[in-house]
Amino acid sequence: MMRKVLVVLAVLGFALALLPLAYEAGVAGKPGDLASAYLDRSPKDFAAANVVTAIVVSYRGFDTLGEVAVLFAATAGVGALLTRKRMGPSATGGKRTESTEILRTAAGLLTGLLVMFGAYIFLHGHLTPGGGFQGGVVIATAVLLNLLAAPRSHLAHGAVTVVESLSGAVYVALGLLGIYLARGFLDPRALPIGKIGALASAGTIPLIYSVIGLKVGAELSAILDALKGDRE
Amino acid sequence: MAIDIAISISGVLMIAAAIGAVLTRSLLVSIILSGGVSLIASLVFLLMGAPDVAMTEAAIGSGLTTIVFLYAMARSKQTDDEDADERMEITSEGSGGAS
Repeated sequence: MMRKVLVVLAVLGFALALLPLAYEAGVAGKPGDLASAYLDRSPKDFAAANVVTAIVVSYRGFDTLGEVAVLFAATAGVGALLTRKRMGPSATGGKRTESTEILRTAAGLLTGLLVMFGAYIFLHGHLTPGGGFQGGVVIATAVLLNLLAAPRSHLAHGAVTVVESLSGAVYVALGLLGIYLARGFLDPRALPIGKIGALASAGTIPLIYSVIGLKVGAELSAILDALKGDRE
Repeated sequence: MAIDIAISISGVLMIAAAIGAVLTRSLLVSIILSGGVSLIASLVFLLMGAPDVAMTEAAIGSGLTTIVFLYAMARSKQTDDEDADERMEITSEGSGGAS
């Protein structure tokens, strides 16, 4: 009883503390000072049609590098914890039920489309909404669909490792290129920025987002495969 | 104005789904309802003019997280069953108390 009262009090206090935010919620009519500066500068600086991408990959590029590192650490942790030795063989003793005909056919039809859509999202990150993280997750969804359709299949761990580590190295290399050819680490102006709206524009932003997409896709696929279990 | 109404309705739906996820007895229903909360949240992000965040929320929040929870649920059930089996074996042999 006492505990319930305390819980209700805690929830009420939390609601009271957040109440001022409720009045400010909604669609703002005018962007603030910082947002206006980004909106004005990013087309001129980097010729990036999508301002969010310009912020994520260049103005706040170092944060994104940190995020990618955090995701890598999480993947390494999941992979280290969910080993067969620790978890033991699965309850069904490796005899998994076969997937249905519908799932197998759908997986065959959709895999290509999903991978293509994921690649489209991260290649066009500087032009349209989306980017490396979203595209990578879409690619991981394609991998998940195949794992569900063929429960006994396994991810080629060698290939995933190569893609994952290579894309990480390329990301840092592109950042270092910014030091030598432009004004600082992760400056996308290491390559010509081109014309706004073109696919080959915004300097190294499309390249960086592509390697982020490959890295995120590989890492999330590895997590799903580890969770599925029954690893050799 | 229409956007405000749509956001308010989505907010009410989110709260309802969240309360349902806490109150339900079935773990499966709870997982699916929390995925639903993320799905409606991505709709709210879209209505507020943040398509980038909406895509991330839809893909990670309602897609991948739900899958990870489902796999984890299957895994934990499996270890529970194994523990139960071991205990049963010990008691049937009669070689000491099961603890």
